[in-house]
Amino acid sequence: MSITTDSKFDIEVQPPYLDEAYKSTILRAPLQPLVVPKKKDITLSGPLFKDFKLGALDHDLTKNSVKDGEPIGERIVVHGKVTNEHGHPLPHTLIELWQANSAGRYVHKVDQHDAPLDPNFLGTGRCMTDAHGYYKFYTIKPGAYPWGNHPNAWRPNHIHFSLFGGDIASRLITQMYFPGDPLFEHDPIFKAVPPKGRELLVSAFDLSVTEANFALGYRFDIVLRGKNATPFENL
Amino acid sequence: MKTSAVKKQTPSQTIGPYFAYGLTPQQYGYDFDSWVDHDMVKGLNNVETITITGTVYDGNAQPVDDAMIELWQDDGVHKLFGRYGSGTDEGNTFTFKTIKPKSVNGQAPFIHVILFMRGQLLHSYTRIYFADEQQLNETDANLNAVDADRKYTLIAEKKGDSYVFNIHMQGPNETVFFEI
Repeated sequence: MSITTDSKFDIEVQPPYLDEAYKSTILRAPLQPLVVPKKKDITLSGPLFKDFKLGALDHDLTKNSVKDGEPIGERIVVHGKVTNEHGHPLPHTLIELWQANSAGRYVHKVDQHDAPLDPNFLGTGRCMTDAHGYYKFYTIKPGAYPWGNHPNAWRPNHIHFSLFGGDIASRLITQMYFPGDPLFEHDPIFKAVPPKGRELLVSAFDLSVTEANFALGYRFDIVLRGKNATPFENL
Repeated sequence: MKTSAVKKQTPSQTIGPYFAYGLTPQQYGYDFDSWVDHDMVKGLNNVETITITGTVYDGNAQPVDDAMIELWQDDGVHKLFGRYGSGTDEGNTFTFKTIKPKSVNGQAPFIHVILFMRGQLLHSYTRIYFADEQQLNETDANLNAVDADRKYTLIAEKKGDSYVFNIHMQGPNETVFFEI
């Protein structure tokens, strides 16, 4: 049996369900108060990834969907550490990634932004944290893109991350941003996060992983809710 | 023993409208392998399977066509995970094939639901209970923590071979969501 998470979403840093500046929340945010479950129960454990097999190129978005050449744009390498709130690393946990291409266009069929698709870039990948909670992947720096929230609305450059951690309470979907983006102050999705939390979503340029003549490096550390240091001990 | 947190949680951000080629690629026809889908009983033999279907409705009672639904169940015997997007099936329904979890410690059997969509900055948690577990549903501490007139929103109806579990984000039938 795994240890269950004992912490809640931290309202000092987590966005609310309803934020009228981000218009889609208005019809989609639960309006009734959340119910607090009575009992901790063993079913709070989550999916296990100890034996998960990544594809050989899953961690390299610059190579995993090449058709007839290299993807266009600025190659980057992103790395970081995944820990819990007590600073304990979360080993062997799955990270799923998706993003726009360098022109700001998503492959998703619903995206009608008039910017070119890149035949050599799908914009999705996966990686795992290692035994010490570290992850690393290669990609192309995503472009900004317009959206319909308000007149002349543009999303800052970002990469979507999906993580599991040790149980269903540590589940997280978030977005990693790039330092100094002038769109931050105009973006209701970024600004829905309380001021204390915003810097936690912004990666740092990292010369130590920048690869000479190849790719700029960025660091993005992730902290998942809960105290589970060894999330897979129930197997 | 409780120790205080030393690091702030990474804030949540919305899944957005364009998750499908990353998180549910094969379901949506993208050229990338899915590691999980709505068939939660793959590789299990000699189990009695059930089907759970439903629709997510927004505050205007319109079906949500870009939700991602994850199910997680653990009855001590079977730990099963599934994921499906609401954008491919007629009526924007979701369907899962799984097994009905057993009762654990006298609780009513249930499945966790984790719900993501554009317009949610933070995902929502709810639970699927089963209409044909009336006795356990009546005595279950978690179900009884819910206002009596909202309990029904957590109980999947049995219709023929399948269970139907619709999720209403708002309105008179707003589903009960949990603080997990």
